[in-house]
Amino acid sequence: MTEKKIRVLVAKPGLDGHDRGAKVVARALRDAGMEVIYTGLRQTPEMIAEAALQEDVDVVGLSILSGAHMALTPRLLELLKINGQSHVKIFIGGIIPDEDLHRLKEMGVTGVYGPGASTEDIIRDVRLAVAG
Amino acid sequence: MTYSQAVLNGDRLALTRLLTQVENDMPDGRAALIELFPHTGKAHLIGVTGSPGTGKSSLVNQLALYYRKTENKRVAIVAVDPSSPFTGGAVLGDRVRMRDLAGDTGVFIRSMATRGSLGGLAQSTANMVQVFDAAGFDVIIIETVGAGQSEVDVARLAHTTLVVEAPGLGDDIQAIKAGILEIADILVVNKADRPGVENTEKALKSMLELAHPAARIFQHHGSSMRIAAPAQESSSKLTWIPPIQRTVSTEGKGIVELTQAIARHVAHLTQSGDWAVRERARLEVELDALIREELVSRFRRDVPQKQYENMLEKIIQREMSPGEAVKLLMNGRLK
Ligand code: B12
Ligand SMILES: Nc1nc2c(ncn2[C@@H]2O[C@H](COP(=O)(O)OP(=O)(O)OP(=O)(O)O)[C@@H](O)[C@H]2O)c(=O)[nH]1
Ligand SMILES: [Mg+2]
Repeated sequence: MTEKKIRVLVAKPGLDGHDRGAKVVARALRDAGMEVIYTGLRQTPEMIAEAALQEDVDVVGLSILSGAHMALTPRLLELLKINGQSHVKIFIGGIIPDEDLHRLKEMGVTGVYGPGASTEDIIRDVRLAVAG
Repeated sequence: MTYSQAVLNGDRLALTRLLTQVENDMPDGRAALIELFPHTGKAHLIGVTGSPGTGKSSLVNQLALYYRKTENKRVAIVAVDPSSPFTGGAVLGDRVRMRDLAGDTGVFIRSMATRGSLGGLAQSTANMVQVFDAAGFDVIIIETVGAGQSEVDVARLAHTTLVVEAPGLGDDIQAIKAGILEIADILVVNKADRPGVENTEKALKSMLELAHPAARIFQHHGSSMRIAAPAQESSSKLTWIPPIQRTVSTEGKGIVELTQAIARHVAHLTQSGDWAVRERARLEVELDALIREELVSRFRRDVPQKQYENMLEKIIQREMSPGEAVKLLMNGRLK
């Protein structure tokens, strides 16, 4: 038997092209020994939920710098639930105002990170969340 | 309900979970592989290999689109990318080029990391392919790591292996590509919109002529005939000369022609009996690998570690050869 690898889907939903953060985080998680599936830009919640199912990931990481997080996140959570994937942990990074942070967490998002967030913190939080 | 029953019933959640079980070689995965085996052997396995960045994923995207839209076949894709040898982590990026396939439940894309295995595939790729086969996918496309060497493993696994080249990968194409002709059933020159296509195609043709003297004679006797011509008549000649197909994957150009070449290859395999030969060779390799694995684990269980280490010490001291040691260690054991 091989040890179970942590699998993370990193996606950029919405229409903005800010992909540096997503790439930085994807590389950091890889360097922490995780398997990161990178889907690229302009993903709809439908595409993300489908990829999460096909790849059987433990975590979905969203990078959103466009301000569309409050529209995209509930839809993704709903789709994951429909697919029987409610156990998947959601991490979000990008430009997220403070007042939204709490609402996202209430919806069931595990972690929210803004500019300058340390990748060590992100790695630690992902490991903790997957360990349950 | 067991995983295998659910998978046979078309349950996608069970399928994805089972793929993870199989990838990690877990007990449920092993059990399911045994139950699913009678349902395998129906899919057409297409391997796609070639140097990094030649456009394999983009090509797979187009092939899958074609098989969905034109032939209404269910398509599974297994895309393999390398694990970092230092951290064991990986970034699997092939899906980026396959976004046209999103939203179609007749397509299932699974990315996997090599996890230390060499040769372009992961250890469990063949088993994952078996799961897809049993799950009723008609076409299973396997994209290897872009290593640029002869990815022999994929040729062993697939019925039809495409080797993807692109112009501008350096002039000394022959030196880099030694060995690919042994594995290529079809040579694809992708990025045919780029300058240098003719050179790439010419280099491949001259390699083909060296590798297939029959084709050369053919050409000598009828100078108007193209080198790829014998492929079309392969059913009667029973030898397959890899055709060279030009594609522009970003625009979908040359894809219909490529799928026609793939169809001709399938016809050749069935008519010549090569399909059965390949199937046999593949299953034999699989059986051998399993036997080896089982023997090693029995050995570990039956031979005390201490005795093993004593032997190793003697070998290091040149008191005994490894061959002799194996004879002694095996003696009377492994019943
Ligand atoms: C660089 C940049 C650009 C570059 C992007 C290049 C690229 N390929 O990424 C360019 C110049 C193209 C650009 C364009 C635009 N930009 Co701009 N851009 C920035 C800037 C200055 C830095 C972003 C960046 O790359 N940071 C570096 C990375 C590493 O940080 P990060 O993305 O924040 O990621 C960290 C965390 O957020 C978190 N994280 C991020 N993703 C994820 C994912 C997961 C899973 C996790 C766990 C964590 C995580 O971890 C990372 C590491 O710390 C920001 C301002 C800022 N300070 O953030 C504006 C900013 C994002 N841009 C902005 C705007 C408005 C635009 C434009 C619309 C401007 C215009 N009118 O044309 C265009 C949009 C173009 C488009 N096609 O989308 C606004 C967004 C405003 C908003 N959302 O309310 C910002 C905030 C500037 C501002 N203050 O107004 N931009
Ligand atoms: N001009 C041109 N570019 C292409 C073509 N096919 C693919 N590309 C581009 O080539 C780059 C690599 O394409 P991929 O499909 O990711 O190549 P790959 O062989 O799968 O790459 P790896 O998996 O990383 O080895 C991308 O930027 C594609 O858009 C083509 O026919 N013409
Ligand atoms: Mg690829």
